[in-house]
Amino acid sequence: MKRPYSVKLDINNGSVNMTHGSGGRAMAQLIDEIFVHHFDNELLRQYNDQASFTVPDGRMVISTDAHVIAPLFFPGGDIGSLSVHGTINDVCMSGALPLYLTAAFILEEGLPLAELERIVASMAAASRQAGVPVVTGDTKVVEKGKGDGVFITTTGIGMVPAGVNISGDQARPGDAIILSGSIGDHGMAVLSSRENLSFATTLQSDSAALHTLVASMLEVTPSIHCLRDPTRGGLATTLNELTLQSGVGMLLDEKAIPVKPEVMGACELLGLDPLYVANEGKLICICAATDADALLAAMRKHPLGRDAAIIGHVIADDHHLVQMQTAFGGRRIVDWLAGEQLPRIC
Amino acid sequence: MKFVDEFRDGAIARKLAKTIAETALPDRQYRLMEFCGGHTHAIFRFGVQDLMPENVGFIHGPGCPVCVLPKGRIDNAIALVQQHDVILCTYADLIRVPASAQMSLLKAKADGGDIRMVYSTQDALHIARAHPQRQVVFFAIGFETTTPPTAIAIRQARAEGLNNFSVFCNHVLTPPAMRTILQAEGGASAHIDGILGPSHVSTIIGSQAYAFCAETFHVPLVIAGFEPLDVMQSTLMLIRQLNAGTAIIENEYTRVVTRAGNRKAQQLMAEVFELRPTFEWRGLGMLAQSALKIRHEFADLDAECRFNMPAITTADVKGCLCPAILRGLNKPTDCKLFGTVCTPENPMGACMVSSEGACAAYWSYGRFRRETTKQEVAA
Ligand code: SF4
Repeated sequence: MKRPYSVKLDINNGSVNMTHGSGGRAMAQLIDEIFVHHFDNELLRQYNDQASFTVPDGRMVISTDAHVIAPLFFPGGDIGSLSVHGTINDVCMSGALPLYLTAAFILEEGLPLAELERIVASMAAASRQAGVPVVTGDTKVVEKGKGDGVFITTTGIGMVPAGVNISGDQARPGDAIILSGSIGDHGMAVLSSRENLSFATTLQSDSAALHTLVASMLEVTPSIHCLRDPTRGGLATTLNELTLQSGVGMLLDEKAIPVKPEVMGACELLGLDPLYVANEGKLICICAATDADALLAAMRKHPLGRDAAIIGHVIADDHHLVQMQTAFGGRRIVDWLAGEQLPRIC
Repeated sequence: MKFVDEFRDGAIARKLAKTIAETALPDRQYRLMEFCGGHTHAIFRFGVQDLMPENVGFIHGPGCPVCVLPKGRIDNAIALVQQHDVILCTYADLIRVPASAQMSLLKAKADGGDIRMVYSTQDALHIARAHPQRQVVFFAIGFETTTPPTAIAIRQARAEGLNNFSVFCNHVLTPPAMRTILQAEGGASAHIDGILGPSHVSTIIGSQAYAFCAETFHVPLVIAGFEPLDVMQSTLMLIRQLNAGTAIIENEYTRVVTRAGNRKAQQLMAEVFELRPTFEWRGLGMLAQSALKIRHEFADLDAECRFNMPAITTADVKGCLCPAILRGLNKPTDCKLFGTVCTPENPMGACMVSSEGACAAYWSYGRFRRETTKQEVAA
């Protein structure tokens, strides 16, 4: 198909302007030379307003996630890879095999095209690596000052294998709680790269797509009770959600929860609690105690579950509290977070 | 991380707990006030109370600068943003604290106010340099620990001729608050047997600043670090003093604190600040000579002068037991508002404002604790 423009986009020096969202030639060119170029796949190349495909029989899941983050690029990832990983993870926490993604971009006038291309390229790489293509999308441009560079919303669909029934309300007293690896890496990596936080660290975000880990877990135990990725609000918030949904309590063992020393150090410095810091490549699995060892072994064989650990168990509790035996020897409640976790000064 | 782990060792904690249990006399109560929010935080976060015998209890003191800042001062800060269009630089702790009329800095920011969260006074100076056309105000708050950096920023702004920078000073002093609490009790009180004294603050003002606790009120005080083992060791030291009937100022935090403190920092503070005749503490009321004001010589850098800020007094919420809780007369659960009207999401009084306040800490970490322990024993 011949495209109706002759001069290529000046990606090195150009920036997004209002015409890129106007529906005219400039927009068509932006879509072509940046989005289609990088995401390239058969469905996208049909240039329709929708992607159509046949789906296998069974239960389908769909999930959508809006991504806003400052800074756009951080150690270990960027808003592009994050928007792919985040939605794949939301889909696969049902046990589903993710199939397709869609992406909507809200671009702020003035965003350098080079930055946009870097983000889209990283997104495309993440989607290719995960084997989940971006098959349709949309772009809008807002005036300068009305956005934060770029916002990305992704939607994903997937199919749940027969016999799998994972849901947040399935935790039962006696169940084991397994965590796939160290907590707080993403949140502290992002925080440490904010411009006014000058402490130097070697922290990397853990942003990753977890569907292959989930698949390898389901292979050994299709009867997993709950799966969830502890993103915003961290491990503490996710566990509190699950206790409420299932009507149970939990007892954690602080010593068993993996936290990297550099994450702990940065948290100490800022007065933050790693239990509440965001993760983007970790999952919590709740399963019958009898399945725990087999699951743990399967997880540890996968690169994203190498440091998996059983961190506690589900108990009966009418107050639906998450409690923790501290490494120090006492016990505390691990509560919901009030508002956003903010660094303390004293 | 070695450094911190050393002070959080569970095995040492159990040993110390055993010694404490053996030392505490079974026929008496030990009501110890931990002065600082940092102590309160450690006690709840690590579950220190669980390692104590039944008759050793902690009373959570007023040592959280965010909690004791009166509402009116936040109203003042919001007015700066809304009426004078300044860039307000603040520590993140303050952003959610409720002001009058359902306002907070967070809401003022959402309404378009230019409020920026900073991590140090240097960040604020940096913002002032970057925006020479705008007025930039640093919302200074904290005890003696955070005061020297504010003094340095003021001197630096003067030296650089940074005319668009000023400081809204809310620095307060710990000894007057402690005196007030002990005074209200009428000397060696029925309610506070001993005090775990401020650690970070004491690095600046020195341990002798609290001599009056022992001399005037005959209440022993141990300067205690913020690590859980510090808290336990200091508790043991207090119990020993109480058993022996002595009341002296001891220093557990010798790795940092000296008797005289940091003279250089004290000089710096004296050069830039002077005492206010009186200042309001949320939960404690007006306390004489308990806060600092920027000296006349630096008045041009004082936001209160530059913007002619009015003194705003607001009444504390009716039914709030903070004054009694801060004095050890009541527990958070005695307050009718606790957990009903007053929660960390919607704080009514000083003790619920920051996570280090007595009520907030009790709500987040301690609520149901006894109850669940009992349940398990029964089960
Ligand atoms: S629960 Fe709230 S209202 Fe009651 S004493 Fe504590 S802070 Fe005050």
